[in-house]
Amino acid sequence: MISDYLQTVDWSRAQFALTAIYHWLFVPLTLGLSVLVAIMETKYYRSGEEFWRRTTRFWMRLFGINFAIGVATGLILEFEFGTNWSNYSYFVGDIFGAPLAVEGIMAFFLETTFIAVMFFGWEKVSRRAHLASTWLTAVGANLSALWILVANAWMQYPVGCTFNLRTVRNEMTSFWEVALSPVALNKFFHTVASSFTLAALFVVGVSAWYLLRGREEKMARRSLAVASAFGFVFAVLTAVTGDKSGAVIARVQPMKLAAMEALYEGTEGAPLTVMGFVSPCGRPDDGPLVRYGIDIPKLLSIMSFRDKNAFVPGIRDLVYGNEERGILSADQKMARGRVVIGELGRYREARDTGDRKAMAAVERKFDPSTPEGEEFLREYFAYFGYGYLESPGQIVPNVPVLFYSFRVMVGAGVLFILLLATVWWLNRRDRLVGKRWLLWTCVWMIPVAYIASQAGWVLTEVGRQPWAIQNLMPVGIAASKIPAGSVGVTFFLFLALFTALFVAEVSILLRQIRLGPERVESPGPETDFRPASAKGREL
Amino acid sequence: MDTLTFLQNYWWLLISLLGGLLVFLLFVQGGQALLYDLGRTEQERDLVVNALGRKWELTFTTLVTFGGAFFASFPLFYSTSFGGAYYVWMAILFCFVVQAVAYEYRRKPANVLGGKTFNAFLLVNGILGPLLLGTVVSTLFTGAHFTVDRLQLADAGEGSRVVISQWASPWHGLDALANVWNLVLGVAVALLAMTLACQYLMNCVADAAVVGRARRRMKPLSLGFVVCFVAWFMRLLFATGYAADPASGEIRSEPYKYLHNLLEMPGVAVALLAGIVAVLWSIREGWQGRRRAIWFGGSGTVLVVLTLLLCAGWNHTAFYPSLTDMQSSLTIANASSSLFTLRVMAYVSLMIPFVVAYIWYAWRSVNRVPLTRAELDEGEHPY
Repeated sequence: MISDYLQTVDWSRAQFALTAIYHWLFVPLTLGLSVLVAIMETKYYRSGEEFWRRTTRFWMRLFGINFAIGVATGLILEFEFGTNWSNYSYFVGDIFGAPLAVEGIMAFFLETTFIAVMFFGWEKVSRRAHLASTWLTAVGANLSALWILVANAWMQYPVGCTFNLRTVRNEMTSFWEVALSPVALNKFFHTVASSFTLAALFVVGVSAWYLLRGREEKMARRSLAVASAFGFVFAVLTAVTGDKSGAVIARVQPMKLAAMEALYEGTEGAPLTVMGFVSPCGRPDDGPLVRYGIDIPKLLSIMSFRDKNAFVPGIRDLVYGNEERGILSADQKMARGRVVIGELGRYREARDTGDRKAMAAVERKFDPSTPEGEEFLREYFAYFGYGYLESPGQIVPNVPVLFYSFRVMVGAGVLFILLLATVWWLNRRDRLVGKRWLLWTCVWMIPVAYIASQAGWVLTEVGRQPWAIQNLMPVGIAASKIPAGSVGVTFFLFLALFTALFVAEVSILLRQIRLGPERVESPGPETDFRPASAKGREL
Repeated sequence: MDTLTFLQNYWWLLISLLGGLLVFLLFVQGGQALLYDLGRTEQERDLVVNALGRKWELTFTTLVTFGGAFFASFPLFYSTSFGGAYYVWMAILFCFVVQAVAYEYRRKPANVLGGKTFNAFLLVNGILGPLLLGTVVSTLFTGAHFTVDRLQLADAGEGSRVVISQWASPWHGLDALANVWNLVLGVAVALLAMTLACQYLMNCVADAAVVGRARRRMKPLSLGFVVCFVAWFMRLLFATGYAADPASGEIRSEPYKYLHNLLEMPGVAVALLAGIVAVLWSIREGWQGRRRAIWFGGSGTVLVVLTLLLCAGWNHTAFYPSLTDMQSSLTIANASSSLFTLRVMAYVSLMIPFVVAYIWYAWRSVNRVPLTRAELDEGEHPY
């Protein structure tokens, strides 16, 4: 029944989004803190100061708490491609699986092997070997990000592959086109830079809290100095790569760009709306819906095409087509997609009746080595996924969600750059400690960093809708055939489990921060673990 | 043998090797299952957990890499089994999720759920993890209820009909538990994991009470394992398997297929025999309280699992027989990735010796000196 299946798809989407959101609560801190810890240990290695060893071990402990839950949620994500998205796994597994395998072989083993040395090897290996292990853990963590982001980028911009009719799937033709596509490279640098910024804001915020409490001043100020400088550099890099992302999206996912700008009518010299209100509906006929908007003239055209007069297509151009600009309508693309599906139907019929001649005729049509086949794949198969859509309006993602998440992300990013630069400067000048409002701002910037980071992914993934793979497979046909109720049950089980674990993680993290870098591990359940200096104080 | 066939066999070998390593590393789960048995006091339990805690991430990573490598090299298996046997895979995932946090959080103050809950998570993972994994792996020999038709994609707009791999049983994977032979292998893997855990703890813990208990406990566990494994293995030798015609890809049933595989691949048979002997030898060594037992147990386990999986996939065997539609059965020829992808991945696999080398280095560095109660008190990242 189609209605049941659609529910399965919805539940599967909800479950995947839930897992991804939870996973991303932990990953950016892991990515950035691993590097910050390695920098601090390098300072210990060079100076030999016990102070740096103690500081490193404190941040390393927080890293460990966060790392464990990131691993737990990551496992689910990998397997959910199979459990919930079985058609997807088959249809593009030939391309999508490879980065996941490379991630395991190249990155995960590096990370988990040396994390053991990092945690347990302080007294067992030389200082140099320990430092190397800490750096290798950081390299492993960030390499794993590279490969999973390559996989994600491919979903947004499927390149380096061709369709094989005999196997009825997409197959890789160039590993480097997949791994080094502009979307992949940009996504990697943007995501990693923003994660480093988040981790830096975490260290700055926690250090600020110590300064507010008048505790651990030396550790807090030194950590803050390292983290604010590090964070500032990467916050700027996040902005630079974000700008580049805009230009890339304009070319490969114009609908995502139009939707996040709530741009209904394409225009030349398009302005960028800094802020405004957008009505909560996304039908192509309803726009323009931005009210009280503050615009910067021509900025969107500059951002997208590096030309102040460039034409930026709007939602209506993309749905209804724009002959003048050479944009096909969704209807035309749907017709082409259906031609391909029709050919698949003919192929199946021929197979079932054993008509080899008819099969060969269809095979010729899809043969990329002939000019006809190459043209068919380029002009028709490129719109394969459209063939499964029911109405042109389906290609419009949720406009308000994209509009606001983009502005939250960018607004917060600007704030981070200003804050990190200010904090770094004042700390250097010995003028930070007295500015309690600024220190409190640093503390409260930690949740803002998480919100901004999540907003970035919401923009990326909601903006990809309705596609599982851009233009090739809508989410509606990517899912497994499992009863909707079953996925509903596992959704709530995951929700309960992840929430419980998340609460435990935050609680442990806060307690460890409150305890500070002293010896804090638990000798027994009944003991008051806090050091004498911390007793009687609460966070 | 053409390049594609070679690479399909090569990747099946690597998957089998990862499977073997995974089962060996399940000693972490085995130790968790014995947590309250081997550790009678809080301190003893801490000792057991910390000895296992130095390795849990390795087991976890091997599981993840096993999944990733299977996805990359045989995506049709990934989509068919994971998307179909939904409940059983989800159960496996759940019991690994709770493990990942349990080590880090169980002794941390303010952990909300309490240390006993996290210990319970370790127990759940320790018992159910190997049991369910063993049960699922057994379906590679006993088969499952599914159909595969890649051209289902031609059913535009007809809802769930468009799904390529469909599960034919409403139990979505729980049906594997209804086959007694799957359960026998599941129990065998769980008992093996516990046996290996006893051997591992005898090797890397310096504590008379825990080591003594591990040694005593290993005896009944290993006997139970041998009984279950021999029963399952004997049944396998007499079982009917599915064979694929190398030219047409057509699948037909063949009595004694796995026995034939061993006879037709004598190298595999010899390696299997060597593995079995090594595992039995490790039991003897453990029986006598020798520290080195785990090395025989570990290498023997890797060999046995590796060769059994080779038996499941090599020599034109259907490694995932369909009990609903024989022609839907998966073989390494019809379920693999393209030649291009397998080749790219083969280059990537050249890194594996380096990976093994640094894992060996790290293992030696951390485990060189057996763990003592004193080390726990010194507090170098205790779990």
